[in-house]
Amino acid sequence: MNKVFERLYNGIIKENPTFVLLLGMCPTLAVTTSAVNGLGMGLSAAAVLIMSNFIISLLRKIIPRGVRMPAYIVIVASLVTVLQLLLQAYVRPIYSALGIYIPLIVVNCIILGRAEAYAGKNPVLLSVFDGIGMGLGFTMALTIIGSIREIIGNGSIFGFAIMPSWYEPVAIIVLAPGAFFVLAMLVALRNKLVSKEKRQSGGCMGQCIGCDLCEKNPEGKGAKEDEKT
Amino acid sequence: MTTVLLVLFTTVLVNNVVLSQFLGLCPFLGVSRYLKTASGMGIAVIFVITVSSALSSLVYNYVLEALELTYLSTIVFILIIAALVQFIEMFLKKFSHTLYEALGVYLPLITTNCAVLGVALTNVQNNYGVLMSTLTGFGTACGFAVAIIIMAAIRESIDLTKVPKSFRGMPLTLLISGLMAMAFFGFSGINL
Repeated sequence: MNKVFERLYNGIIKENPTFVLLLGMCPTLAVTTSAVNGLGMGLSAAAVLIMSNFIISLLRKIIPRGVRMPAYIVIVASLVTVLQLLLQAYVRPIYSALGIYIPLIVVNCIILGRAEAYAGKNPVLLSVFDGIGMGLGFTMALTIIGSIREIIGNGSIFGFAIMPSWYEPVAIIVLAPGAFFVLAMLVALRNKLVSKEKRQSGGCMGQCIGCDLCEKNPEGKGAKEDEKT
Repeated sequence: MTTVLLVLFTTVLVNNVVLSQFLGLCPFLGVSRYLKTASGMGIAVIFVITVSSALSSLVYNYVLEALELTYLSTIVFILIIAALVQFIEMFLKKFSHTLYEALGVYLPLITTNCAVLGVALTNVQNNYGVLMSTLTGFGTACGFAVAIIIMAAIRESIDLTKVPKSFRGMPLTLLISGLMAMAFFGFSGINL
């Protein structure tokens, strides 16, 4: 049971796919113009991720190692097609808002990444919970980004106006450049919090991707030299 | 001739694939550290997207539509792209070693570049013919190359500046992308 919770914690906080691993950037930036769209995209990707982790984990002893990538891609692409048809049939507003980004879930690095890193090697139950954790982490990140952009850029959240009437919406935040600015601020904020934690605990818990704080990461090379000067 | 120029202008500048449609962000953020690797990636992407959009549009128009299997387009396109990238890699290795040396590293990365699948799918959504799809693919890929090369040039020249610690690396790259997106936004009012 502990392992199950560890998987959930890992996906939502410790290895959050958006803020920590910086995976799946295209949908993160493209569809988060409002909280609802972010939530819809997150849940769609999570559904595909959970199902693909389940199927790949079931088949992990049958798929030969040499052709595992094409096999994973076919499984994910089939699931995405099913999802696309379901959304088209039952949730039209989300289907039209997300548009081309639904079929593009196939090439979302989070899904293939989890298949390769976890589901292909671990038992079914844990893989499903890994999918749930990662999926929730992704959904949460997308909803947060979507809410921030909707509040600043439109003065509302989930479609309800919450800002006082004198507030002038900053339209650029819901346009293309705003997506980059909001994500940049959030990642910088996370870096700030992590470096504070690191100073207190004296170690960075070994999460290296997307972290510039130590020499393990080539991106962090500049940081060390700056400290000396 | 005017149509060709108009399509190229629209796809490269007005609807830039990275900065206004958010496709192909992973290589755009990941491989843009040095000008040399960025231009290598740009050329490899132009090559792959042009061929793959021609091929996927051929298959869609003459096989999937004829057999009424259009709902399979996502699966078919991703398989075409994966096979094509693999094939190009083998072909280059055998026949043009210099080109293989230059582009070889980037080719496997391109399968998961969402711009490739994205272009194939938008071509189908807009009901483009084979020639128009190829042209759109070429233009879109050129737009990607332009964006990643500008990005790499900026990142090379800010390498020596002192940046606040929390903004080093990814946040700064995202901020620069945002500023570039603002600049490219200037083209968006142009309706051709």
